[in-house]
Amino acid sequence: MSKMRYSRRAVLKGGAAAVAASALPAPMVWAQEIKDITLRQFGTGVSNLNDVANKVKEDLGFTLEMTALDSDSVTQRAATQPDSFDIADIEYWICKKVWPTGNLQAMDTSKIANYDKIVGIFRSGKLTPESTIAQGTAPHSVGFVDGPGGTSFADEETGWMTLIPTIYNADTLGIRPDLIGRPIESWTELLNPEFKGKASILDISSIGIMDMAMVCEAMGEIQYGDKGNMTREEIDKTMAIFTEAKKNGQFRAFWKTFDESVNLMASGEVVIQSMWSPAITAVKSRGIDCVYQPLKEGYRSWGGGIGLSSSLSGMALDAAYEYINWYLSGWVGGYLMRQGYYSAVPETSKDFMTENEWGYWFEGKPATDVITSPTGDVLAQAGDTRDGGSFYDRMGAVACWNAVMDENQYMVRKWNEFIAS
Amino acid sequence: MLKNRHIQGWLQASPLTLILIGFLILPIITIVVVSFWQATEFSIIPAFTLENYEFLFGSPVTYKVFFATFKYAAITWALTLAIGFTVAYYLAFHIKNQTTQIALFLLCTIPFWTSNIIRMISWIPFLGRNGIANSMLQSWGVIDQPLEWLLYSDFSVILAFVHLYTLFMVVPIFNTMTRIDHSLIEAARDNGASGFQTLTHVILPLTKPGIMIGTIFVLTLVMGDFITVRFMSGSQKANVGRLISNDISLLQYPSAAATAVILLITVLIVIGILLRFVDIRKEL
Repeated sequence: MSKMRYSRRAVLKGGAAAVAASALPAPMVWAQEIKDITLRQFGTGVSNLNDVANKVKEDLGFTLEMTALDSDSVTQRAATQPDSFDIADIEYWICKKVWPTGNLQAMDTSKIANYDKIVGIFRSGKLTPESTIAQGTAPHSVGFVDGPGGTSFADEETGWMTLIPTIYNADTLGIRPDLIGRPIESWTELLNPEFKGKASILDISSIGIMDMAMVCEAMGEIQYGDKGNMTREEIDKTMAIFTEAKKNGQFRAFWKTFDESVNLMASGEVVIQSMWSPAITAVKSRGIDCVYQPLKEGYRSWGGGIGLSSSLSGMALDAAYEYINWYLSGWVGGYLMRQGYYSAVPETSKDFMTENEWGYWFEGKPATDVITSPTGDVLAQAGDTRDGGSFYDRMGAVACWNAVMDENQYMVRKWNEFIAS
Repeated sequence: MLKNRHIQGWLQASPLTLILIGFLILPIITIVVVSFWQATEFSIIPAFTLENYEFLFGSPVTYKVFFATFKYAAITWALTLAIGFTVAYYLAFHIKNQTTQIALFLLCTIPFWTSNIIRMISWIPFLGRNGIANSMLQSWGVIDQPLEWLLYSDFSVILAFVHLYTLFMVVPIFNTMTRIDHSLIEAARDNGASGFQTLTHVILPLTKPGIMIGTIFVLTLVMGDFITVRFMSGSQKANVGRLISNDISLLQYPSAAATAVILLITVLIVIGILLRFVDIRKEL
């Protein structure tokens, strides 16, 4: 009896794999050996989801091992331990740091089935033909190299991609509307003395400096040439403003990890802080009112992508391309978009979302029914609209991309001083 | 024959020597070497430079941070010593029954069966603005406004240090105290010494080695710590360990190595000074 059940399940599994195989137009390597392949992926917590690994096993047959780390550790590992991974799930600004080490290999876009459907931000740099490109490390500027062995970034699409975009979003400040009790419209509110001892920023220098710059610029204190690539003088001025605020007790704490930011907000220690989208979701799912507040100066945006280790070759490399094509084919995109992120190829994700979900998350329409996260938590009720509106409203209002500066080393030292001050 | 014994001695000592060379001496040498190298964001260049040290000694932050490290170490030391000595004294001299003594001693160690980090983090909801401590004080009418300095302050950092490291003081002091010959205390009493005089003239000098070992434990642990400071101060305060960990996380290995070398030297000097006061080997 049990044996029969087993075999029935095996047949179903095989069927699912066959369906997946025929649905994907890329060249397939459905050899038996593929089951023995294990790809080791590491990256930040946002996209390193066990659900994805399970689905890969189910759809593609090989094993994906996931390791989740914080941004700094991700950079560190990608730069210093090339043999410890096959696939690096990193952000574009990290790519700028890591690519020169030669630990990653460029990808042939002709092997990427949905390449033409990837959002313009990652190809020409423009969301729509009329868009202007925001400051900072815009993804397209580090997205291409001249050829398979290219070490410097190309200015336009070359057919050789450094990272395949997977997930991106527009970040802003998170607030507790119940504890603030008035509208928040500008980045300047982070340093408003009204929130003395109740504000926080993140202690990851490369991102924190951007949030600082958004604030200083909104205050009219500093005009930046490029917030993503500041001069020493701009760094000094920015740090001076924030050091003074810190000494005056503006900040309750700084956070470095996702759960720290959630706890600070949920416990009411902090009412306004830099935050990431899923952290807002996590606070909300505890029944606490929390808003990802759109601000008039725009968003600080980031994008992540998967890169291939330069040591990947042969069958494992084929499997990796297979994985990338699967990644862009919609299931993951739908999963991530239902968490509030965006997928690189939104149109394929649409098939994996309900009409209501697509309307709420992507089009900025009022929800027609309860919106739940992929894990089943209720995130919004019927009638609610997403903070910030539609995809084009949000990604169209990006003021700056996460970046790594030429003066990075100087900035890091200044950051260390800021923390110690 | 003598030569033979010589070889035997060397052979017996060699496993430990090899382990120490491999896992202590070589890493330290590496750290010292790397501290003189150059670094960019993503690579380390093995070229001799004094830049790391120049920056370290040229920055006012370094002095501030070293001062903060000493401050944490000194306050934590004083508090752990006071608590540790009292607890050990109670266990060693007031509990006459040896079984109870051991049972109570084990009781002290129970919190240490859980992870260090958990013990530290559990303070956060307790001390927070809307935490148990504040709501309790408010309901008692002691305070009207929540006390902000309970969490993410020097207070919370030192509280966590004391909580984490007091046992390291209790154990060695208790150990030396149990070995004090009780006839010495009786003799003191017979000679008319008061309880306090016995404590300061007999017990304290005899427990010195235990105190010293405890002191070394606590000082080195506090001076090398970074995670307690980070969590309990909400990243608002820094000690030398945090400086190093920040550098490492930002891939500034040579700079981190230089700071580590200076910290190592500082700690060694402190321990050197401490050992001038008490010859641990002689007393053990």
